[in-house]
Amino acid sequence: MNRTASSLGKDLVGLEHLSAQQLLTILDTAEPFKEISERRIKKVPVLRGKTIVNLFFEPSTRTRVSFEFAEKRLSADTVNISASGSSVVKGETLVDTARNLEAMKIDMVVIRHGASGAARFLAERIPSNVVNAGDGRHEHPTQALLDLLTIRDNFGRIEGLKVCIVGDILHSRVARSNIYGLLKLGAEVAVCGPPTLLPRGIEQLGVTVFKRIEEAIAWADVLNVLRLQLERMQAGFLPSLREYNQVWGVTSRRLEEAEKEILILHPGPMNRGVEIDSDVADGPHSVILDQVTNGVAVRMAVLYLLAGGEPERAEDAKQGGEA
Amino acid sequence: MPDPQRRTVMDEAAVRRALARMSREIVELNEGTASLVLMGVRRRGVELAEFVRDEIERAEGVRVPQGTIDITLYRDDLLTVGPRPVVGETELPPEGVDERAVVLVDDVLFTGRTVRAALNELMDYGRPSRIYLCVLVDRGGRELPIAPDVVGREITVQADETVEVRVPRLDGSLGVDLVSVPTEAQ
Repeated sequence: MNRTASSLGKDLVGLEHLSAQQLLTILDTAEPFKEISERRIKKVPVLRGKTIVNLFFEPSTRTRVSFEFAEKRLSADTVNISASGSSVVKGETLVDTARNLEAMKIDMVVIRHGASGAARFLAERIPSNVVNAGDGRHEHPTQALLDLLTIRDNFGRIEGLKVCIVGDILHSRVARSNIYGLLKLGAEVAVCGPPTLLPRGIEQLGVTVFKRIEEAIAWADVLNVLRLQLERMQAGFLPSLREYNQVWGVTSRRLEEAEKEILILHPGPMNRGVEIDSDVADGPHSVILDQVTNGVAVRMAVLYLLAGGEPERAEDAKQGGEA
Repeated sequence: MPDPQRRTVMDEAAVRRALARMSREIVELNEGTASLVLMGVRRRGVELAEFVRDEIERAEGVRVPQGTIDITLYRDDLLTVGPRPVVGETELPPEGVDERAVVLVDDVLFTGRTVRAALNELMDYGRPSRIYLCVLVDRGGRELPIAPDVVGREITVQADETVEVRVPRLDGSLGVDLVSVPTEAQ
């Protein structure tokens, strides 16, 4: 049995620098964790005595709650810190905040921050494990992992599938992490969205660009429909929500024209009637709530894998054999 | 190729005889098969539990429910050994474990720490009326106050030896070996 300790290293900052094997290790480890959430006592003692700080500089309900459930079901002690109502608003820097937490003897930090690179910045400066829960436009690795798990649950594989990410690719860390993860696991990846919301040169990542949603639907096995951030309207990227829905919306009428079943993912929270229609979101091929369930399992797996001892100590301990 | 470091102490026939006797002892201890549930401890305990179930069925005509238990997340050495990337799944029989006489089936009883972990995990699933511990080999060396109820064979093991149980699906054959381990190269 492969017993390499801490197979992810100290931190999970993004999927860009993980190997396919590491991604598969996380997905495989998530499988048994699904069952724990079905138990009457939804808790295993594996992270007992570990202290985890959820440091959220941006508003988040779903991701924070999902991490918190994952932590609690592994028996870790958790503290939530959000930007409003903390010393952050008093002008403390990120590193000072983290060092103060370190001084209180913590083991892990889950960080959500508006600045790209914030997670790596923190990871390089504190000894605790750092998990990126979304940093600026950079990455949101656990979201992509739960998307990968959900896709694999439905097809039994990821390799060879055609996955199209639809919407605001430019501002989306979900899109970036998904592209890295899907390509490493052998999927074909495309993006589709308004030209103002596609990053220039995105093809260089190895993805196809569709200029019309109908073409994307005709091609894809899976559509990952991103949330349209409504503040993009003020910034002048889009003329109107109504027009967005008419041109780019994933509607049942458009899906019916494809002569196959397409799996529908959405990272939430949804703007019903904008990027996705209600009958699609609630339809038979939508796995949006499965994604939420898988999110807890995937985060449990990541926390569990990061929590292990240092590799050298693991080697020493192996000499003792097992009982 | 014969392995000079490996010596068979129970061949297939010996293991089968031991399992047949152990199955009778379980039924005797429990005064019948009512409310019995077998829980094989992953990984080798799972196959041994299947043998025990088949033996009980042969003798009593009753197929007792069987589940498997994976204790990875209940180990006490995560921080020293590091996480196991392969976490197995625990599967309860549909009857559950509440008010059941649960038999934990494992291959080797050594320090007792695996059993401690399995007991904690079982308690998280429910409230068995009784838990029995059934092991194919008791090799001594307990670090916790845990004793088996049903034992296939007690084997004295030297400091540089370990006991390895072979089961058909995982290892291709059924038997028990004593393996001497050079201390530096393990």
